[in-house]
Amino acid sequence: MKYNSIVLIKQVPDTKNITGEAMHEDGTVNRSALPAIFNPDDLNALEMALSLREKFGGTVKVITMGPPFAAEVLRESLYRGADEVIHLSDRRFAAADTLATAYTLSKAIKKIGEYNIIFCGRQAIDGDTAQVGPQVAAKLDIPQVTFVDKIEQIDDNSITVKRSIENGYEIIQTKLPVLLTVMGTANEPRYPSCKLVMKYKKARSAAEIKAESENNKDSNINFNETINKLKKKNLLIQTWDADNIGLDASECGAQGSPTWVAKISSVQLESKEIKNIESNYNSIKELISELISDHILG
Amino acid sequence: MPNFFDDNEDIQFQFKNLDLDEIIRIREDNFKEKDNFYYASENVEDAKDNYRRAMSIAGQIAGDYVAPRAPEIDAEGSKLVDGKVIYAKGLQESLDMIKNSDLMGITIPRKYGGLNFPYIVSSIFIEIISRADASLMNIVGLQDIGETVYKFADDELKDKYLPLFSSGKITSAMALTEPDAGSDLQAVQLKAVYDEQSGCWRLNGVKRFITNGCGDILLVLARSEEGTTDARGLSLFLCENDDSMKIRRIENKLGIKASPTCELQFNNTTAHLVGKRKFGLIKYVMSMMNGARVGIAFQALGIAVAAYYEAIKYANEREQFGKKIIEFPAVYDILINMKVEIETTRSLVYRTVWVVDMLECLEKNLKSAENDDEKKILRKKIKNFDKLAATVTPLSKYYASEMSSRVTYDAIQIHGGTGYMKEFNVERHYRDARITSIYEGTSQLQVVAAIGGILSGVMNIEFDNFSSQEYDGDLKSLSDKMKKAYSKFQTAANYLKEKKNPEYTEFYARKMVDITIDVYISYLLLNEAKVSEHKKLLAEKFINERLPRISMNEEYIISGDESTIKNRDELLK
Repeated sequence: MKYNSIVLIKQVPDTKNITGEAMHEDGTVNRSALPAIFNPDDLNALEMALSLREKFGGTVKVITMGPPFAAEVLRESLYRGADEVIHLSDRRFAAADTLATAYTLSKAIKKIGEYNIIFCGRQAIDGDTAQVGPQVAAKLDIPQVTFVDKIEQIDDNSITVKRSIENGYEIIQTKLPVLLTVMGTANEPRYPSCKLVMKYKKARSAAEIKAESENNKDSNINFNETINKLKKKNLLIQTWDADNIGLDASECGAQGSPTWVAKISSVQLESKEIKNIESNYNSIKELISELISDHILG
Repeated sequence: MPNFFDDNEDIQFQFKNLDLDEIIRIREDNFKEKDNFYYASENVEDAKDNYRRAMSIAGQIAGDYVAPRAPEIDAEGSKLVDGKVIYAKGLQESLDMIKNSDLMGITIPRKYGGLNFPYIVSSIFIEIISRADASLMNIVGLQDIGETVYKFADDELKDKYLPLFSSGKITSAMALTEPDAGSDLQAVQLKAVYDEQSGCWRLNGVKRFITNGCGDILLVLARSEEGTTDARGLSLFLCENDDSMKIRRIENKLGIKASPTCELQFNNTTAHLVGKRKFGLIKYVMSMMNGARVGIAFQALGIAVAAYYEAIKYANEREQFGKKIIEFPAVYDILINMKVEIETTRSLVYRTVWVVDMLECLEKNLKSAENDDEKKILRKKIKNFDKLAATVTPLSKYYASEMSSRVTYDAIQIHGGTGYMKEFNVERHYRDARITSIYEGTSQLQVVAAIGGILSGVMNIEFDNFSSQEYDGDLKSLSDKMKKAYSKFQTAANYLKEKKNPEYTEFYARKMVDITIDVYISYLLLNEAKVSEHKKLLAEKFINERLPRISMNEEYIISGDESTIKNRDELLK
């Protein structure tokens, strides 16, 4: 059987290569100090989808929700062999929390329609919540397995996966369609193919072209003409906005987000006092009671 | 790990500085493939952008994926199990990554699945990969084998095998050396007999020291003309690695341990003739060897680069006597010399591959030339470039490989006792570098290959061109010095020519070759200095340091001193 996969990916600030102050004074992320990259775990999710396609056939569609320049990760997906990519881009999507994001993504997935497996990375390195994948599964009302390290077996109706847990693994069997969140240790993501880079380096999403023409008011980028040219060459990346996926403004972006960030601060743990304990029964008993009453043990 | 292409400013400089426009236009034949192949370039700038992007992918794979695996690849080596060669795990994984990124047929035309890039790009690839793992280069870097099939085999063989080469579905080997035919390939004995019944050739005999002899496709040099004993009785054959071919052993080597060096026995192995009979050694193998020699020069360079980065890192971290060791003149002197050696070698080898690319383009132009006048001019140009390529190729192979041994030696020196230990990469680089001045023709043979061209004035065209250019400001005084150096080159060359003593010439040939290289690199640097302040400093340092060496070598040559030749036996007692 062939399997149709959808991979949900995110462009994130590269928190490993920080070039300046990573945070603004108000506690928000200073994106200009952080180069934007393909979220590392999402590359593992894409790799798992691509190798599944290589083994059984089928298609791999990739979706990202993000500002115009986030289309770069969609090109990166095309360079690695994705069949189709979709850019969810709309000002109304901005400042979405994980719930609004999951809702937006699930609406787009419903628009695509048929699929067998949805792959997500385990978590994104910016928010580190690991919530979007599970919430998408809930919205779609399909089973989910998080922390997947390997697909052990798959057939028409069911899938068996190896799931990473503390101190070991568990093997889980569930029904298709399913949503999997993939571990960074699951595989070695492939590098871009030179031929596909040469093919898709000029691919653009409508959101990107629009942003480009708005940013350079002086340049005479003709929006429709550019779109048609790209379409002719099969280089137009589809852009879907809230209307395309039938989403009300109140359900996405800041408006659709119940999460409220009150304050972000950097917590540093340090030892303040040192206590010496005698090596005898009573002293150790005393220490244990103290730790229990401080809720450190218990 | 860094990207081995993006992090190397000097490669970027060479890439920008070499004039590739004409090469690209001819190779792309007016970009006529742009409508037939989804990945074909549309114009010169697009092509350059594609080269850069492809090399950036190679640099990412090399830095990120291959280099971290290299110590383990080296420790594991290749193994022979039940007659089959097993690559080190990391080597096989690296090979698969490179294959998946379409980097196995860089110069092969698109209709056979390749990228149709010029040699300069495949050479950058070799440098980058060798910096990550020298032994991997022997399997992915020697793409000249496919190139040889493309240039000389008939259409049937090309259609069948070239797509396999460029997709990386197969690996290959060139089987030339035999137990009694090493440097002297004319002595090859492996027998090829035409089997009338099955309508194909059959190979019988033994090959030795065959790099990747376990490869799926082999190009084999064999004696097809019974009763002959020289080069004219040899032809080139293509065969598949099947059960009739036995891998008798693989060698246990000093370096490049993961590159399997095989001894092969052919037992009635089915083979196809490549090109015409009797042209095996004199034409096809010579062409293949020249390609391979350029490859080894870039491999040697890549290894040296790896060692240099290790050394500079260590010198910046290690503290002794209360400061970083890089602060000590004796230490930074070594490091600067290493850097100068690497950059100056790069100027030489990138120029060499540019010459090879130009030659290829001119030959292509000749094929499509329409009128006789045009053909006549092209033929003359080709003749000059052909001679130049045949001379600068051995010069590059000789110089880069010897440089690699010097630089890797110095990298260990910077590390002190630590560098002698297996835990540090420089130990591996030192071992890996050593083969480069031996295989594909020893340094001594490169000197033999180059000296004829040098003495017949092949280099003079290049030198005249450089010395007649205008150099302003600070470069003016350097160029005046170079005029003197050039005249010393001429004096030495004339002396050898007029002396007409073959043994004397052979004895002093290496010194003559050294003068040639010193003058050549000096001129290349002088030219680069026109556009780069960094290169200006480099040119000053190199020229001022090499001038005394040029004078010294010239003095030796024109001394007429034959005492060492005469007293050989006594001195060796």
